[in-house]
Amino acid sequence: MSSPASGNPIVQWIEYRLPIFSWLDHSVGSGYPAPKNLNYLWNMGSLAGIALMIQIVTGIVLAMHYVPHGDMAFDSVEHIMRNVNYGWLIRYIHSNGASMLFLVVYIHVFRGMYYGSYKYPRELLWWMGLVIMLLMMASAFMGYVLPWGQMSFWGATVITNLFSAIPLIGEPIVTWLWGGFAIDSPTLQRFFSLHYLLPFVIVGIVIIHIWALHIHGSNNPTGIDVKGPQDTIPFHPYYTAKDLFGLGVFLIIFAYWVFYNPNYLGHADNYIPANPLQTPPHIVPEWYLLPFYAILRAIPDKLGGVIAMGAAIGVLFLIPWLDTSRVRAATFRPIYKQFFWILLADVIVLGWIGANPAEGYYILIGQIATTYYFLHFLVIMPFVGWFESPWQLPDSISSSVLEKGGGSASGKEAAQ
Amino acid sequence: MNGNRQITCLRAAAFAVVGGFLLLAAGPSLAAGDTKAPNSPGFSFQGPFGTFDRGELQRGFQVYQEVCSSCHAIKYLAFRNLLRIGFSEEQVKAIAAQYEVTDGPDAEGEMFQRPARLSDHVPSPFANDNAARFANNGALPPDLSLIVKARTGGENYLYSLLTGYENPSSDVELGEGMSYNAYFPGHQIAMPPPLFEDGVEYADGKAASTNQMARDVTTFLTWVAEPDLETRKGMGIKVMIFLILLTALLYMVKRKVWRDVH
Repeated sequence: MSSPASGNPIVQWIEYRLPIFSWLDHSVGSGYPAPKNLNYLWNMGSLAGIALMIQIVTGIVLAMHYVPHGDMAFDSVEHIMRNVNYGWLIRYIHSNGASMLFLVVYIHVFRGMYYGSYKYPRELLWWMGLVIMLLMMASAFMGYVLPWGQMSFWGATVITNLFSAIPLIGEPIVTWLWGGFAIDSPTLQRFFSLHYLLPFVIVGIVIIHIWALHIHGSNNPTGIDVKGPQDTIPFHPYYTAKDLFGLGVFLIIFAYWVFYNPNYLGHADNYIPANPLQTPPHIVPEWYLLPFYAILRAIPDKLGGVIAMGAAIGVLFLIPWLDTSRVRAATFRPIYKQFFWILLADVIVLGWIGANPAEGYYILIGQIATTYYFLHFLVIMPFVGWFESPWQLPDSISSSVLEKGGGSASGKEAAQ
Repeated sequence: MNGNRQITCLRAAAFAVVGGFLLLAAGPSLAAGDTKAPNSPGFSFQGPFGTFDRGELQRGFQVYQEVCSSCHAIKYLAFRNLLRIGFSEEQVKAIAAQYEVTDGPDAEGEMFQRPARLSDHVPSPFANDNAARFANNGALPPDLSLIVKARTGGENYLYSLLTGYENPSSDVELGEGMSYNAYFPGHQIAMPPPLFEDGVEYADGKAASTNQMARDVTTFLTWVAEPDLETRKGMGIKVMIFLILLTALLYMVKRKVWRDVH
């Protein structure tokens, strides 16, 4: 499977000097063998890439009309909404696109956790993914500040003030981040600059992420290694066709938000211009940051809260070693599999707590859910791995596909 | 496999728990005390095929002009925008000419007053926020350009607020100049009841009941907050039909490509 057969002399001329066609073929073409049993959860990676490109393209257009200044930012966003041709469409795609990107990335991450995709030999692949997720959070936070509405301003106040929890140098760091003694135009301008920069850094890490992926190839729903060509099919046309269908479904959901409910995922207060003298009754981040916000508030001490929030992501870097099981996929782990679903429920509970004011029972539920979150990774993961006896693994990917009875055996032979 | 069935049950239970929390999260927040949840009178622009009623929009503009505009600005609305709600160019020019705007400097360096033109934005009733507060018992009447999008509950909240003035029960003590409103957070609102039966004489002869005026001005302000709502929903239908057909085709392609593997 070298370069794709092409008699076209122009293709051959280019290929001889810059082997871009064989490179493409090895990346997403017929020259890239993928496990034959990938389910629809494996669509999320390409969807995340596409969602990222949508954000970058719409963002570049918005930046042509947006003014990053405290006195003009809010007006310039309304100018985009009212006077720029299809400005409303571009802005709604961008603001809802952030949510769609986080949605597919979170499914991608949970898929990796369920099927043990972070385990040997994909630890660095997992790390690169987590770095992308962290950069996405930073970009999304700074992007949410740009419209300079009430929630922009007060969200920026809450998050930048977290740095003041650092002992001794906390206050100077906050002043340095703000570019002054209060959040104002200098803060907005640097956030805009970084919000424009970070997505391109993300693209760079995505390239490394895909590079690492191609070394050992995709994990798969059985979690067992590819044992030979009978376990794989070429990426193209099989997974290109499957990914395109997934893209269609994704775009339908995306279009629903953009055209029929464009402001639902945002907050009404962000249509009120920023006012440093008036604090909104509830300051809440966007939905995708709510679980981390809940962990931050679960600790009564400010520094402790910041550390817990950082540790909530930091602990994910350690799970390749915290997971002691010799089996990758939770599919064959009768006990761990149940804890996985409890963890998912726990994160959703954390999100719900993050959306509510920190008072009454919400505090207690938030603290229990936070404790459980760390308990899962630091205690349950290593111990279940030791004590659990996994179910019998299939002999090969190929035989697991046959077992499911998805067709006749002769059909599979024909596919080779 | 017996174990498999057990797992399925557990998974179903986990989903049920999560679903329950999601329902709780999606439901109206109970944290706002005893503020009433807004009710919806049903607007023509709601729903996936919604469009604005031109009569409501034009009457709503009249309510804004004759009632709201004495205190509330609407700074993102330009007179030219009114061409989109069914007024003719002559009508909009006549409306604009009712307002004076400051222009200049002229050749001698002086600022001067002139009647507003299509390109001007609707002038604010007060020169600045301090003047607005001074005239309104210390309260600042918010700009109404985005009010429907800037309040949880949107158009339903605005309609409920405008029709939600009540006599407070005896145990409620109102501040000086404050009114009681069932839908306003905290119930004490600085805006006195703005709408009265026949407070406006509609140009199209429609009976100006309080509910009618509230409905009309709410429709108008929804349009000001989201002037491209009709374009958006109209485009959405075409996009949806296209995407659903495309996705169906892509599904068939996928089936065909995978036929020899399954």
